[in-house]
Amino acid sequence: MYSKKIVLHFPSNLVDKPIIYKLSKDFDLEFNILKALVNPDEEGLMVLELKGEKDEYNRAVKYLEREKVRIQTLSKDVTRDEDECVDCGLCVAVCPVEAFEVDPDSRKVKFHDDKCIACEMCVKVCPYKAMEVNF
Amino acid sequence: MAKTIAEINEKIKKGQVVVVTAEEMIGIVKEKGAKAAAEEVDVVTTATFGPMCSSGAYLNLGHTKPKIKLGGGKATLNNIDIYTGFAAVDLYIGATALADDDPRNKVFPGAFNYGGGHLIEDLVAGKDLILKATAYGTDCYPRKEIKTLINIKDINEAVLFNPRNLYQNYNIAVNLSDKTIYTYMGTLRPKVGNANYCSAGQLSPFLNDPLYRTIGIGTKIFLGGGIGYVSWWGTQHNPGVKRADNKTPLTPAGTAAVIGDLKQMSDKWLKGVSFLGYGVTLSIGIGVPIPILDEEMAQLTAVSDDQLSASIVDYSRAYPQGIPESLGRATYAELKTGKIIVQGKEVPTGAISSYPKAREIADGLKAWIKKGDFLLSEPVAEFPGPDSGYKFKPLKMKEVKGGE
Repeated sequence: MYSKKIVLHFPSNLVDKPIIYKLSKDFDLEFNILKALVNPDEEGLMVLELKGEKDEYNRAVKYLEREKVRIQTLSKDVTRDEDECVDCGLCVAVCPVEAFEVDPDSRKVKFHDDKCIACEMCVKVCPYKAMEVNF
Repeated sequence: MAKTIAEINEKIKKGQVVVVTAEEMIGIVKEKGAKAAAEEVDVVTTATFGPMCSSGAYLNLGHTKPKIKLGGGKATLNNIDIYTGFAAVDLYIGATALADDDPRNKVFPGAFNYGGGHLIEDLVAGKDLILKATAYGTDCYPRKEIKTLINIKDINEAVLFNPRNLYQNYNIAVNLSDKTIYTYMGTLRPKVGNANYCSAGQLSPFLNDPLYRTIGIGTKIFLGGGIGYVSWWGTQHNPGVKRADNKTPLTPAGTAAVIGDLKQMSDKWLKGVSFLGYGVTLSIGIGVPIPILDEEMAQLTAVSDDQLSASIVDYSRAYPQGIPESLGRATYAELKTGKIIVQGKEVPTGAISSYPKAREIADGLKAWIKKGDFLLSEPVAEFPGPDSGYKFKPLKMKEVKGGE
């Protein structure tokens, strides 16, 4: 089973097409919508976790590209400005997927961006604005 | 055998001083005992780094030609409202000040992107700030308006002067209600979804000198990257609270007012911060050296996170309503595991105070003292102690008569 979190940017003319339905029906992918910003006549944005056969996943990506959907891998979307972070740990308890981990010795806060689902809780609560969203 | 601060300073000058951090002292006392540790160690360094709202800076701009008297007038720096109620060109920037047109909490929870704390950070970083001010004009100060860039390098004085810093212990904040709340203790998720705490614990200055034996008015400290002094006890100083057997307070207790030359400080140790739905404040790095005068001070500075505890307080009701209610206690060692038990439920913990930064300051201050760059000062007066009767009182509300 192959699993990947991606961000889809839809051009405004695609917002009313059943793209996600196609991913499920034609490529047998299981999807979990982590975030969606879709409004009529505007560019749409969706954060998805996709699971399925790797070949099918790759075919689905080609289909999305043909439809002019721009695809980004999720792990790059929330980043930390290391100069601003003071390692306080306020983000740790609000993260729903435990993407932050406090090193028991150094007490420094590690950010595992591969676990991040881009919910942006940390972005909102960080007093130092060290967490940034880059969609 | 007791030591004096003067004797410790002689050792510092001769390069013979033994300095350790409050973390290192734990192991030394455990291994050798307090008596031997007191003979061996001269100074223990303590530190903390976190948001401290009762903070600010006063500036003297220098006079323009013709002169202007800002006292009684209005001034902003980078659009942030600045206090002008002094003489002609003295101003005070408060850490929580905002721009007049900041939306605040009109769209809840407000973002509070820029305020007094950020302004102080920009000032200390050497950035140009936009000063706009108006005055009513007098015979001796005829000018009524001013608009200019100012820079910390050019103005006369820039002094950090904080009425309340260094809280001795603090609460653990939780939210018992069924909706998210936004507080100075961070965003608290409903039904005790998280528990936030704010103390450096075993490194915290007043938890290592719980009875204010060595920290007093005049104590020389590391403040924001430069040298500062304890100028008075802090506002809301509350020494009479219940204490554990190791003399540390069970709830927030002592505080200190501190002062220092902002021109020596650095934006690494003074950082403007934004708390969603609450406002803006300033995070400050402070380090305090504690002279190990005798066996008692060695024992007190050996306190560790498992011997220090804080009270769990509901910030949805008990805190805002001023109800003295505790939901239990947790030690800093428990808090640092990342989970504590509140009302039978396992709750993830978040820290507001940065332990790695506190450690960096304690190490830095230790290096200054070892090198002979930092001598200890003898306090000129003591803080009101646990038995002084000095208290933090609520405001007594009285009816205003006379048609107001």
